[in-house]
Amino acid sequence: MGTFLNRITIIGIGWFGFRPTTPEVSFREMVFEAASRAYKDAGNINPRNDVDSFISCQEDFWEGISISDEFAPDQMGGAMRPTMTVAGDSLQGLAHAVMHINSGVANVVSIEAHSKVSDILTFSDLVKFAMDPIYVRSINPPNFHFIAGLDAVKFMQRKGITREDLALVVEKNKKAGLSSPRASYASNISAEDVLKKDYVVYPLSELDIAPFVDGAIVIVVADEEVAKKLKKDDYLVIKGLGFATDSSNLETAELGKANYMRIASDMAYRMAGIESPRRYFDAVFVDDRYSYKELQHLEGLRVSEEPSKDLREGNLSPQGEIPVNPLGGHMAKGVPLEASGFSLLLDAIDYIKQGKGERALVASWRGIPTLTGSVVVVEKP
Amino acid sequence: MKVNIHLNKRVAVIGAGLTPFRRRLLETPQEIAWEAASKALDEAGLELKDIDCVVIGSAPDAFDGVNLKGEYLSHGSGGIRKPVSRVYVGGATGVMTAIAGWYHVASGLCQKVLAVAEEKMSPDRPHPQAIFRYIWDPILEKPLNPNLIWIFAMEMHRYMATYGIKKEEIALVSVKNKRNAVNNPYAQLGSNITVEDVLKSEVLVWPVQLLDVSPVSDGGAAIVLASEDVARRYTDTPVWVEGVGWTLDNTEWPARDLSYARYVEFAARMAYKMAGIERPNKEIDVAEPYDPFDYKELHHLEALQLAKRGEAPKLLKEGVFDIDGDIPSSPSGGLLGVGNPIAAAGLMKVISIYWQLKGTAGKMQVKRPVHTGVAQAWGDLMQAGTVIVLRN
Repeated sequence: MGTFLNRITIIGIGWFGFRPTTPEVSFREMVFEAASRAYKDAGNINPRNDVDSFISCQEDFWEGISISDEFAPDQMGGAMRPTMTVAGDSLQGLAHAVMHINSGVANVVSIEAHSKVSDILTFSDLVKFAMDPIYVRSINPPNFHFIAGLDAVKFMQRKGITREDLALVVEKNKKAGLSSPRASYASNISAEDVLKKDYVVYPLSELDIAPFVDGAIVIVVADEEVAKKLKKDDYLVIKGLGFATDSSNLETAELGKANYMRIASDMAYRMAGIESPRRYFDAVFVDDRYSYKELQHLEGLRVSEEPSKDLREGNLSPQGEIPVNPLGGHMAKGVPLEASGFSLLLDAIDYIKQGKGERALVASWRGIPTLTGSVVVVEKP
Repeated sequence: MKVNIHLNKRVAVIGAGLTPFRRRLLETPQEIAWEAASKALDEAGLELKDIDCVVIGSAPDAFDGVNLKGEYLSHGSGGIRKPVSRVYVGGATGVMTAIAGWYHVASGLCQKVLAVAEEKMSPDRPHPQAIFRYIWDPILEKPLNPNLIWIFAMEMHRYMATYGIKKEEIALVSVKNKRNAVNNPYAQLGSNITVEDVLKSEVLVWPVQLLDVSPVSDGGAAIVLASEDVARRYTDTPVWVEGVGWTLDNTEWPARDLSYARYVEFAARMAYKMAGIERPNKEIDVAEPYDPFDYKELHHLEALQLAKRGEAPKLLKEGVFDIDGDIPSSPSGGLLGVGNPIAAAGLMKVISIYWQLKGTAGKMQVKRPVHTGVAQAWGDLMQAGTVIVLRN
């Protein structure tokens, strides 16, 4: 494994939506709005002249369209240009963008990801279609969260984590979301409220599972020379990134551990020259689509060896030693499908731009039934 | 548009593997992917543990009947506890998979990449065409219930009408490619047919007839790409990736000039500029243009600048594109002869050029010495072009 040749920066970001439903717009209109805002934020660039390649992150089944990448170019300004789709989380799309620049085919790349999940009438059936057709789908699980349940139990037993700890994660994140403009699901609930709920799948109640949300995010990345010309010093540097898949077959994967996050973060830390992530970062923005996942991911990221202890002591709160999801994470904001990674990155950018910190760790997971994670280290130049 | 003028790193293809392309393979998609991947590793002299990153290419998820198909395929593609990602540009995915493998190495991220493309179309009922019912604009086009052969019939008709091309001239592509495929051990439909056979075959949507079209197939393809220092350690005959290009036109295919694949031209110009090619028809020694339909090979030879607009049929008739011609085209047998497991078929085209340049194409080897080759794929709503130039 090598490392990138040049420093790549984030010069523009635009978003639209982050509401449970967006009946007034199509996904293409949402992306157009986000792209227009991103290009303005990037210094009023014209995508037809100033962007060299375009990446869309989407999956056919969520769109209800076969070959959904056909519908990618127009709303980004990518028609008759090098436009492609990465069928993965937006942070994987970001990795491809960085590779475009470092391989020399582009100086400026635009990446979009979106969610129009409110259009999906049979979400759980589509998740079943993502399971191995022979070994898992054929058992016809009545509830796809069962995989998270197995994973959670194994993790909790290994680390001595209790149901109360999970409820504390929900309380922390839902409350933190009150300070975010994108958090439709933020609320002032308590851990007790969570514990009173019935289980969806043991040990997870409805409140332990982040809901879904519609939204679109476009990010413009560029090599640092371009960034300096367009934005002086008003940009962020991608100091490291990584992505990895554990064994994608559940029977051979190691449930109870976020191995994918460990591999991806080791890759990103190596690239960024980080030896002690806990000390290095001012805040962590990590996938929390299940309450236990925040804690499991913190362990995978080497941010906390004893995440429940850190949680109970308040070290992970917005005012704590190492704030985790200080703008609410997916619990407060919702899960915008392939845009999930970008939504966490967006929070990190907001956090840094608000002057609350200078260096952030962003880590995304692709959700059930995958074992794929992506990590980005982003900081001030 | 910026086109790479200063390549950051040189990248070589050092191994390739194919499964047979067949109407119904009994293996699962994961098994198909692994068969191709392991053959590519064997040819490169590497083991899976040596691979830094895995790139997967596959076309619509619905073909294999799996949502998040890249995740599912990662296991069979060797993407276990490694960086894995899937790229996707419809039918043009196969060559895009090779391009993505290239930039994984050229960017400095990885030194050894396994790029795997797989497609299993046989589980679709009643026919894979059913999957294509959902590729249209849901509001403007889906209510008309078009199918793919419809729109390609329009495109073929437009191509014929614009340049005064006859069906007999186009049928020669099918004759040539199926003949070439007889020499390809992986081929599904190699045969010695005549123009008359094509013209007598069942009319699907006029002017498209059964033998104008590539078959439904299952199959897998894989290549290993490596940085220059690694490549020189593992092989004395690396084949270099010298240029890559890709372009997506807008979604509105009814507003497009269907007689010429402008998006393929843009992709080709990007790749040629990178490779320093100024006169493609003089500098390209062997070509693998995408040929899911016979007219598409001609269409693409023109967009690749290997023939002037409307003149590819004339050159074909003169034998320029035959296996012993000046620019042998689809020496593998192409999609018409080898089969069309969408993404795998595109990567098969890259592999064909790789084997030609390495001199290991066996009975498929073209007669004259070859140094520079181009492979191309096409897809989406007649809007995606992907091009790769290789040199030995």
